[in-house]
Order: sequence, then C-alpha cells, then structure tokens
Amino acid sequence: MKKFIPFATFCVISLALYTGLSLSPGNIPSELINDPIPEFSLPIVGGESLGFSSTDLEVEEEVIIINFFASWCAPCYVEHPFLMELKNQGYKIYGISYKDKARDTNRFIKEQGNPYYKIAADEDGRVAINFGVYGVPETYVIQEGIIRYKHAGPIHEMDFEDKFLPIIKRMGE
Amino acid sequence: MIVESGHYALILACILSLVQGTFPLYGALTGRGRLMRLSAPTAYGQFFFVSIAFGALMQAFIVSDFSVVNVAKNSHTLKPMLYKVSATWGNHEGSILLWALILALYGAAVAFFGRKLPKTLYVKVLSIQALIGLGFYLFLLLTSNPFERLYPFPTEGSGLNPLLQDPGLAFHPPLLYLGYVGLSVTFSFAVGALIEGRVDAAWARWVRPWTLLAWCFLTAGITLGSWWAYYELGWGGWWFWDPVENASFMPWLVATALLHSAIVVEKRDTLKAWTILLAIIAFSFSLLGTFIVRSGVLTSVHAFATDPERGVFILAFLFVVIGGSLLLFALRADKLQAGGLFAPISRESMLVINNLLLSVAAMVVMFGTLYPLLRDALTGDKITVGPPFFNLAFGFLMIPLLLVMGLGPSASWKRADLAGIVSRLGFVFAASLVAALAFFYILGGGEIMAAVWLGLGLWLMAATFYEWADRVKLFKINAIKRIKRQPRASVGMSFGHLGLAIAVLGIAGSSYWGIEQQKIMAYGDETNIGGYDVNFRDTSGIIGPNYTAVRGAFDIRKNGKIVTTLEPEARLFSTPPMPTTEAAIYSTLMGDLFVVIGEANNKTYDQWAVRLYYKPLQTWLWGGVVIMVFGGFISLSDRRFRMGAAKKKIN
Amino acid sequence: MKFFLSFTLFIIITFAAYAVGVDEKQLADPASEIRAQEIMKQLRCLVCQNQSIVDSDAPLAKDLREIVRERITAGDTDEEVLFFMTKRYGDWVLLKPPFDRTTIILWLSPLLLLLIGFFVIYRNQSQRKFLAVSSPLNKDEEKRLRALLDERADD
Repeated sequence: MKKFIPFATFCVISLALYTGLSLSPGNIPSELINDPIPEFSLPIVGGESLGFSSTDLEVEEEVIIINFFASWCAPCYVEHPFLMELKNQGYKIYGISYKDKARDTNRFIKEQGNPYYKIAADEDGRVAINFGVYGVPETYVIQEGIIRYKHAGPIHEMDFEDKFLPIIKRMGE
Repeated sequence: MIVESGHYALILACILSLVQGTFPLYGALTGRGRLMRLSAPTAYGQFFFVSIAFGALMQAFIVSDFSVVNVAKNSHTLKPMLYKVSATWGNHEGSILLWALILALYGAAVAFFGRKLPKTLYVKVLSIQALIGLGFYLFLLLTSNPFERLYPFPTEGSGLNPLLQDPGLAFHPPLLYLGYVGLSVTFSFAVGALIEGRVDAAWARWVRPWTLLAWCFLTAGITLGSWWAYYELGWGGWWFWDPVENASFMPWLVATALLHSAIVVEKRDTLKAWTILLAIIAFSFSLLGTFIVRSGVLTSVHAFATDPERGVFILAFLFVVIGGSLLLFALRADKLQAGGLFAPISRESMLVINNLLLSVAAMVVMFGTLYPLLRDALTGDKITVGPPFFNLAFGFLMIPLLLVMGLGPSASWKRADLAGIVSRLGFVFAASLVAALAFFYILGGGEIMAAVWLGLGLWLMAATFYEWADRVKLFKINAIKRIKRQPRASVGMSFGHLGLAIAVLGIAGSSYWGIEQQKIMAYGDETNIGGYDVNFRDTSGIIGPNYTAVRGAFDIRKNGKIVTTLEPEARLFSTPPMPTTEAAIYSTLMGDLFVVIGEANNKTYDQWAVRLYYKPLQTWLWGGVVIMVFGGFISLSDRRFRMGAAKKKIN
Repeated sequence: MKFFLSFTLFIIITFAAYAVGVDEKQLADPASEIRAQEIMKQLRCLVCQNQSIVDSDAPLAKDLREIVRERITAGDTDEEVLFFMTKRYGDWVLLKPPFDRTTIILWLSPLLLLLIGFFVIYRNQSQRKFLAVSSPLNKDEEKRLRALLDERADD
C-alpha cells in the first residue's frame, strides 16, 4: 500500500495543475475593491490648473470609469476604440495620463480621439501607486466614490463584451 | 521544399517511434525474436528522420525564410548568423523539436552502445524511449508545428529578443536539454527493469554512466544559464528561484540523489526500489519542468498569452507517462528482491540520508514553486513565494547535507565505526571551524550565517582531501603509485565533492561580503571599491550590428598600477526596440569587479549614473561547478563502466 | 522562453522606452539606507519575473524604492512600510510569504518532509531486519557470506 504513495501524490499534483490551467495567475485582483478611492488632486495635462480630484469623483451619482493610460503604451492604442465605444454609450471616463509628457499625451488624444470626460496628468505616477496601479493601461469602475472593479491590461473585445459591460450594467441598476 | 521535407521527415519519425514503441515490446513480452530485432533499426531511423527535420528548420533560419511562421516570428535579417542558428531552438516549437531530437539521439546511442545488454531489457528500454518520443512528435505535429507556412509572407522578421542574442544563452538550451533529456534513459531503464521484474548490480552498472552523462550536462547547462544571468543582468545576481530556474533545478537534485543511489545498488545490491523510484521521479521532474513553463500555468504579471489547448495536451501526456510509471512502480516494486542489510551507521545509511535530504530539497522547491498556484486554486488569494523562502528552506537542508557529505566517503560499507570516524574527522572538523572563524574575522565579520557557510565549505573541502589522503596513504612510501592506481570513479567523487565545497565558499563570499556603489560620475571622477581605484575616463558612441550604444571607459588601478580598462555599454536595440545594459566585469581569483553604466545625468552628457560592484570569491562559484562537472566526466571515463566490460565482470 | 516573452511585454507596457539606469538619492543616514535596502529586498517588483525592487531596472521599481525611502524618513517602522505596500497591492507584493495559518504548511514543509522521510526509512529498515532474523544462516553459509562481503568491501 505504501508503494502507492508516489502515484497518489502525483495525482494530487496533476489535479492542481489541471485547475491551474483555468486560472489566470497574472491577473492580480485589486486590493482596493469596495474601498473608497484614495484622495488625490491632479492638474490638467500640460498645465497647473486643476484637472480633477477625488472629491469630483465622489459626488458623481452614476457609475464612472477611471482609465490610466499613456502615449508610450502600445496596448493603450489597442484598447482606445473600446473606450470610444464606452463614451458613445454614455459612460463618463476620467482619463489619467501616467508618467507621460504633456506634448505626447495631447498628440495621442488629438490623433486617436478623445474618449475622456476629463483628463488629468499623473506625471510622477504616485497617484497611480495609491490606486495599486502597476502598469498601463488599467481601468477602474467607480460607484459613489467606491472602487467596484479593476481591469489590468487593455480592454479587449472579449473582455469588453463578456466582463466589462455586464459589470457596469449591473452596477448601474 | 526543404521545409516540407522537414515536415515529412518529422511525420516519418513519429511513425517510426510508434513502431519502435509497440512491436518490439510486444515481441519481448511474448518471445518473438523477429519483432524484437526491429528495435535498433527503428531507433536509428527515428534519429535519422528527426535530424533531417531539425536540419530543415535550422536551414530555414539560416536563409531567413520568412514564409515559415516560426522564422518570421523569431528572426530578422540583421541578426548575426550565430543567433539566427540559435533562434532555431530559441522559441517554443523549435525547442520542443530540439527535445525530440535529443531524445532520439539518446535512443540511438543506447541502441548502439547497449548492444551487449540482455536482449529483453534492451528492447524494453528502447521501446519506452520511443513512446516518450511519440508523445513529443504528436505534440509537435498536432499543436506546435514548427513548419507552419505563412502566406502572404513578410519580407522581414519580427526579430529575436535582444536579451537572447548572447553566446552563453545561445548554447544554454542544448546543453540543458542534453541533461534533462538524458534522464529519459535512466527512466527507460527503470521502467524496463520494472517490466522485467529484476534490478541487480548489472542493471545499476548499465545505468550509472547514462545518469552521470545526463547529470554532467545538466549541471553545465544550469550553470551556463546562471552565469549568463550574472553577466547579462549586471548586478551580481545569478539565481532567483524563478519557476523557470526551479524547473531545471528540481531534476538536478533528484539526479544527484539517483547517482548516489545507483552506487549503492551496484555495490551492495540494496536500495533498489528507491533507485527505481528516483529514476522515475528525476525524469518526471524534467517533463514537469519543461511543460510548466510553457503551458501558462505559472506566468507572471501582464503576460497575455496562455494556451490552454497545449496545456491540456501536455498534462494528459504527463499523466500517462508519469502516472503510468508510478502506477507500474506501485504494482511491480515487490518483485525487486531486497538486498543486503546495513547498520544505522554505515556508508549506505549516509547515502540514504544524502538521498533523503536531496529528495526533500527537490520536493520543497516544487512545493514552493507550485504553492501560489495551489493557493489560488483553493482560496483565490494571490501570493508570492520568493527567494526569502527558498533561501531559508534550501539553506536549512544544505547544512546537514554538507556535514554528511564530509563523513560519508570515510564510512565503510555495511557497518562503519562511528567512534573511529569521529576521532579521525573530528580533528578535521575542528580545524575547519577554526579556519572559518579566522577568515570570518579577516573579511570583516557580519552575519552569523556567513561564518556557518564558510565553515561548512571548508569542512567539506578538508574532509574530502583527508579521505583521499587517507585512501592513498599520502605520507607513506609509494604514495604516487597508489595515487595513479586509484579507480577513476573515486577520483571523480573527490573532485565532485571538492567542486561543491569550492562553490559553497564562492557563494558565501559573494553573497555576504559583496559591496555595491551607486554614484553619479563625471569624466575624470574616481572612486574606490574592493581595493581597486576606478577612474571614469569618458564615453563613446558605438554602432553595433543591430543596436546603437554608449560605451563608457573606466580605468582600473590597483596599488597605482593600471590592471585593466572596463568598458560597459548601454545598448538600444532596434527590432524590437529595447534597451539593455552590458556590464563590464573584471574577474580575478579573489573576486569580481564590475561596472554598469546607466543614464546621462544632464543635457550635456558628461555626467553619468554608474553602478559598481565588488563580489569576493565569485569565480569560486563558477570554478567550483566546473570542477564538479570535471569530476563527473572523470568518473564517466572509468573503464569499469564500459558497456562490454560490465557484463563480463558480473559473470 | 516564456520569461523573455513576458519580459518584452513588460517593457512595452510599463517602460518609458529609454530609461535604463539608476540615479536615485540614497538616504543620508547609512543605517537607514541599510534598513531601506532590507525592506526593498522583500518587496516584489510587480512587473518583473520574481525580482525584488532592489534588483530591478523597471521604472515602477524605482518609484517603489523612492517610496520606501520616503516612508522611512517619515518615521514608519518596517512593518508599516510593508503594510503601505500590501494595502495597495496585496500580500502578493511580498517576496517572503507571510507566516500565517494558511502558509504554515509551506514554511514547515522542509522539516515535516524530513521527519516523514526519516520515519519511512526507519520503518523500512526495521522490517527488513525482521525478515533477516527470521531465517538465520548456518555456520558454513556465514563463512561464505563473510568471505564474499570482505571481497566486495574492497571496492
């Protein structure tokens, strides 16, 4: 009976590996889900006046979206059309340009189109760190000042239809 | 046309492996000699065809045939030829083809060198080897075809990652695979023995050389990878307990245990079940490791590509091969006659402890590597198991291991005289302790663990030397004659253990007494590190084959005399656009000095961010491992392991 | 080669294309700097494969290093600095898995496996001694046995 131990152990490991195939270990969920958004206040792109602050977001009654992006980030170009689609559907997207030069951000918006309700610049990236951002693009869904959902990486077509929209719709109800 | 021939050859190899895996095996089980005689020709044939396939793929890379998807994705016309060639195996499909090639190579080698093996065992070993190959061919042909064409095809490739454009890394996979895949031979021998229902000293004698060969290559392959990381990443790190590294380290640990276990089977005809199990587990780790890093089961942040289809195939294959062999073990291990007994203190028992420690180490590494996955599956928590855990756990196990390694060779078989050993080696132990403390204070003190590792390294070195000196009776007359007559296997053992001792000292020195400096330096600035004066002369612009770079010039002086000029570079590659740094390293026996150049500090480009490191005894790590591999090859050259000789001696 | 594929993607996502290199200010007080380095060694570079933020060239790692130094200067204890990070990134950012009820089996695994191994070996040996004792050899067999063993032990 003892001789079956290696076989049995291996079966357990296989099971773990099989389950592992359906997981996505790269997808780190946000630690801040259901927490209030961190306090911040960021300037507009390329200027000193206020872009927007956390207070502005807290007073929004509808579901809003925060999107961290940058002109130097290739996947941001890929997700851009989907952000435009979200805008067309009536959602307010607050854009935060992450560690980007003002001139480049403006060029990005001019060339690709502007899906954002308001844009602010996080030039040193500290506000992003307070959100738990570790790369761009990252998108947050906020309801009444509380972080409800985070999506790391670009919003691809499948994510858009299968994950994103249903979640937003559900929150809107 | 050549590519299609390669594809066709691959299919032929697949068919041959199917034939080789089934008909001769059936013949061996039912006594049909004609079927059994199919073994060797199919083994040679399979090797022939997979070589053609591999050659075809390599040819496609050499001529930059971008109509082949694999070449288009992984190559570029501007790449130096060496890296075009190495790109053949520097991608998923190509590396699996390399796996299959080496598997077939070993199969053909066993077919040739094992002609004097008992016929039924010979056939069984080759059949198992072929069945493993079959799995790989199917994987290639069904999910990872390297010969897929692309139309319309691009006129330029997407280029290889510049990090891979390095001689060390180019040769790392083949060397590693010669090791990994070589363990398949021991696996096939083990499963063959289980089917036969017999393991004896002759079997162990057949198995040892193949295990040694695989072990030597694996050690060299892992070390090459570490050494590459050391000089490429440029800050002195050489081991990160990364899943990919662990995937190669686990089989190494088990292979080392297997090597020692096989010795016991050969000399004392005991520990058979353990040895068979280790042989199965060693190769299982090879398979597990190779596939874990490709299936997407262990990925890292922001990786987009996971391929569940491949993952499922691999897992199914793993289950059949590993599960099947472990099941066979459970059912047939009783047939293995238990051999000689041994006392609680004896060379056998020390080897058992050695095996236990190595096996536990492998299991702990596996557990640590898979734990994030297990935790995620069970609770959804994301957690990291990083170097702090592995260093502690592995270190904990290495301490008793190093102690036992010093004692083992001095212990006699069956029953060792503990009091005698303690009295002789006790003095050696005390001397090592004193020496360690002395060096510890000379180097400037520090953590207590630093002294512990120094002590263990010196102990192993001294004990190994003492055992050798005692065996050849160094201080009596005719010592030289006795030294010359030592069997090579014993010489190999001494070198192997000595190599490890030196490596341990190297690790201790560089880890605990390493110095780092980060400064902004202007032209003409000087700094002092590790006893060297470093003067930053200037920088120049360099245009390389597929990159542009800034090269710094640093004059290194010791005691006023210039010893070398180090020229680190900060490179920018074009396709894909990617910056890298090339550290400049000055290696001496006592330590490594290295300089890394970073960004320019201001717009006038005469002040630069510079990092300097001094790592004492770093070369001892690389040197120690080289000596270990050298010891392995010496052991291998022992005439007693020649295939023919083995059979005669047992009779 | 998954590592290198991922590594390239990290660069694309998180890298301002040409920033390589280190020119950050270390803390003035050497003791504090050493403390900072020790903490940094425990924090995972989130966009690298298993590196700590001390070892990584990534810009995010540099930001996190600066934050560690800031928090130490602000008077945080080691635990508070680590908590600052885990509050934003979760336990995943710690390279050293926490020692709690769920990870205890991981931390104790070397010792546990070793003990289990010893136990199994001990059981094995005792069983075999039992088998041998139950059928002892006679005088001639003993003599032959000893002669054979002595011959082999010379190997």
